[in-house]
Amino acid sequence: MCTVCGCGTGSVEGQSHSHDHSHGHDHSHEHGHSHDHSHGHHHHHDHDHSHDHGHSHDIHFGKGPAGVEVPGMTQERLIEIETDILAKNDRYADVNRATLRGLNTFAINLVSSPGSGKTTLLCKTIEMLGDQPLAVIEGDQQTANDAERIRATGAPAVQVNTGKGCHLDGHMVGHAMEHLNLVEGSMLFIENVGNLVCPAGFDLGEDCKVAILSVTEGEDKPLKYPDMFTASRIALLNKVDLAPHCDVDLDLYEKNLRRVNPGIEIIRVSARTGEGMDNWLNWLKGSLQRKRGTLAAE
Amino acid sequence: MHEMSLCEGIRQVIEAQADQHAIQAVKRVRLEIGKFSGVEKPALEFAFEVVMRGSVAEGAVLEMIDLPGKAMCYDCMHEVEIDNRLDPCPDCGGGKLMPVSGDEMKIKDLEVV
Repeated sequence: MCTVCGCGTGSVEGQSHSHDHSHGHDHSHEHGHSHDHSHGHHHHHDHDHSHDHGHSHDIHFGKGPAGVEVPGMTQERLIEIETDILAKNDRYADVNRATLRGLNTFAINLVSSPGSGKTTLLCKTIEMLGDQPLAVIEGDQQTANDAERIRATGAPAVQVNTGKGCHLDGHMVGHAMEHLNLVEGSMLFIENVGNLVCPAGFDLGEDCKVAILSVTEGEDKPLKYPDMFTASRIALLNKVDLAPHCDVDLDLYEKNLRRVNPGIEIIRVSARTGEGMDNWLNWLKGSLQRKRGTLAAE
Repeated sequence: MHEMSLCEGIRQVIEAQADQHAIQAVKRVRLEIGKFSGVEKPALEFAFEVVMRGSVAEGAVLEMIDLPGKAMCYDCMHEVEIDNRLDPCPDCGGGKLMPVSGDEMKIKDLEVV
């Protein structure tokens, strides 16, 4: 079973593995912290919770129903964990983030409903970026269609099929990155599974999420699925060339986006006509430059 | 959301703890769940029972502790507590609220034997 994803087993294109092979990076730091559990053979009533939250796994005696500890008798014990349920995913994401920093690479996690035009937008973006080094990770439940579309532009791409999984996770992305030979100063585009719910909760190690919302989806989409738009730094309002044909209010789209995320940046684009694409490209180039500048200053 | 995945995560944490602490059985698992975490509690309960089968936590009681949802109001710049993600600001009635906490999904502690 792959990391935290109970939905199914993912596979990286071209490999028939199911992620539980031992790749040497199965993170041996899983709870490798010290904890004092002196198991009740001498009364160790040090109950003042002096642990720093997050990692110390003290075992507390005398907190069970009986309220006391009796040597030799079983007693229910309370183990304080204070661990995020997605801690394991977060550790994979941290490793990815460190790798990306080492490569001065700016990574975005593209999130949207199915059919918002992510792949078309990405193909157009790649064409317009010209000789900017970049790579793409494509997430879908099935097929390598999207990776093939990306590779047709000349860009390196790897497809991750999540099987029944509804989102990419940190582990899958780490594997995919191994197959991409990222070069210094790249942009990494991670196209998540089309889904406005689950991908919001899974950190991949990216610099930010970019939400794509097409004008055919309805102005209230951000209100129906607030989490994804709250988690995104920028929203691309795509297919604006269709707006005159489908009776939509673009200002209302923006108003609703800001209702769920007052800080969100919004760019109106059409991948088909190229409208607004310059603004998007400038945002990307500026973000990469800022990251490189920040890392150089450190 | 993806309650099955969350329970897989919980099981992994519990199994790691069981190895470390020679746990025979987990009687109770307490989670802290933020109001904005998107967790569907009945779905999590259902998934928990299914996913814990065959583990030391089979049959354990699942207890969920609600953590409040807090947001910064971009109109009055107050940090306020709200029940629902789309509620207006209780102080000024404004509608531009950015969540600052409430997305927690944590395992707080385990009661074990």
